[in-house]
Amino acid sequence: MTLLSYLLRRLAGFAAVMVGISIITFGISHLVPTDPAVVALGDHATDAQIEAFREKYGLNKPVPEQYWIYVTNLMQGDLGISLRTRRPVADDLLAFFPATFELSLTALILSILIGIPAGVVSATARNRLPDHIVRILSLIGGSVPIFWLGLILIGFFYGQLGWLPGGARIDKFIPSPPMVTGLFTVDSLLAGNYKAFWSSIHHLFLPALALGYFSTAIIARMMRSSMLEVLNQQFVLAARAKGLSQGLVVWRHAARNALIPTVTTIGVTFGSLLSGAVLTETIFSWPGLGRYATNSAINLDFPAVMGVTLLAALVYTFMNLIVDVGYQWLDPRIRNG
Amino acid sequence: MAEALATSARPRRPAWQRSPLTVGGLALIVLLALIALSAPLLAPADPLKQVLSTRLEPPSAGNWLGTDQLGRDVLSRMIYGARISLLIGIVVVGLAATVGTTIGLVAGYAGGWLDEGLMRLTDVFFAFPALILAMAISGALGPSLTNAMIAIAVVTWPVYARLVRAQVLSLREREYVEAARGLGASAERIVLRHILPNTLAPLLVQASFDMGGAILSAAGLSFIGFGTQPPTAEWGVMISEGRNYIATQPWLSLFPGLAILFTVAAFNLIGDGLRDALDPRLRGTG
Repeated sequence: MTLLSYLLRRLAGFAAVMVGISIITFGISHLVPTDPAVVALGDHATDAQIEAFREKYGLNKPVPEQYWIYVTNLMQGDLGISLRTRRPVADDLLAFFPATFELSLTALILSILIGIPAGVVSATARNRLPDHIVRILSLIGGSVPIFWLGLILIGFFYGQLGWLPGGARIDKFIPSPPMVTGLFTVDSLLAGNYKAFWSSIHHLFLPALALGYFSTAIIARMMRSSMLEVLNQQFVLAARAKGLSQGLVVWRHAARNALIPTVTTIGVTFGSLLSGAVLTETIFSWPGLGRYATNSAINLDFPAVMGVTLLAALVYTFMNLIVDVGYQWLDPRIRNG
Repeated sequence: MAEALATSARPRRPAWQRSPLTVGGLALIVLLALIALSAPLLAPADPLKQVLSTRLEPPSAGNWLGTDQLGRDVLSRMIYGARISLLIGIVVVGLAATVGTTIGLVAGYAGGWLDEGLMRLTDVFFAFPALILAMAISGALGPSLTNAMIAIAVVTWPVYARLVRAQVLSLREREYVEAARGLGASAERIVLRHILPNTLAPLLVQASFDMGGAILSAAGLSFIGFGTQPPTAEWGVMISEGRNYIATQPWLSLFPGLAILFTVAAFNLIGDGLRDALDPRLRGTG
């Protein structure tokens, strides 16, 4: 199968999944036992006002027709109006997305930078002290409640030591950099504002650490088992037999090949980062999509919750698509298999 | 020769029993189950009883793990919390495994459009980041322990459907299944008597991991207000309630968090051990 036909097939699957996702988000918002018109207008609304609201959003139409209106609106980027912020949900998502993206991306970069070398070291030192340390830390990473870890980090690094800030994206006395990408670290660099840059990095560190620990653990475990398999293969023996140094054999020959299955894991962990962002953002008062979703759900603002759910599913599915296509491209055996 | 025979005939312990970590994980879960079952006998105080004169006391001889902001005994609340966490694990995994296995069996054995349709359905559920979907469902149904368990089961079943379907696809072509078919066994009998029992081993591995996962997710949902509601003694609720005291009275959140960590780690260790036992090639690679 050529890469192009594979890509087309996957894109068709992607479209089908998106239709399914829209049915589920629509279905969930119909599970809400309260009347959205009453939630939106408040208890003091008159019957006429409620009727007008229902008419406007098609709430008095049959369910299939309501779904059709929902999907048609979605296709035009209209996710409805947030009942809480009174703004279009799409605008809210755009406003809150960069904060979540910056946090998740930093967490992902941290987990790759730590997880991959940890997995390699663990495999090459199998059953020795470094291996035991990595395996125990990975076990903890896969088992620790992310929100608790965040709290403990805040309690220790902010509460006790006072080394790092315990919440927000930037110091309250430093103005936010002018919006270009919405990522404070990038925007402050673009503006040449190094004070804002360092403040953003400082604020990112603890939440990214809390959020990224789980994926670091998963990546390290995957890299370790993948390395153990590769290290036993003929080409590694051949490289050793040629007299190459241990460093060259491990890093250039073995680690490169062991990376292929790890790439898939990295894609899968992205979903856990999005889920984790809900909890991390709540703990660190991080003004992103996760906190927006939580606050919206508490206030029964379902257009907003469904907007976040839909966007998260879209991003997650898209990431998996990229990873799968990347995997095909990286490993010709699968492409031609 | 006789000695060699004697050695080889000596029954070897199953692989999972040879791993001290797996045995440790299992021991921890057994201990936790015992604590949960005998909570009324073990807990030094009523987990809901407020003693406002002894608020926020640090761990002491009277209150081993201290008291919370309402003067409730933290240790007693932790002991009762074990009941809820284990209940969550059992109910969620039971629900998810039943639904997922049924769908996987039907899809794998029936094949054709039914298989295609059911698998696309699982794809759709896989497309959601689990906690976000669970939060949306729990929020829509109304925050409670029951609804949180339903929500987590909804995001967990697809794993079982895929796992069982893959097993069925490989098993249904086996000779013993063809033999049963040749003897005139009904599809229902073949699936339930001949295929299902052979899919149980990998299901068990998945279930151990998911027990831990369900406990983590439920604690997360409780923490943000979409799971168990206060004043119930649940570990996630306890961490949430101790949140504002993290710098001054860290024990309020520290101990319930450690309880979740150890419980989930124990289930993960059991999962690792079972997986290694089932697939010796993976031994020690996890």
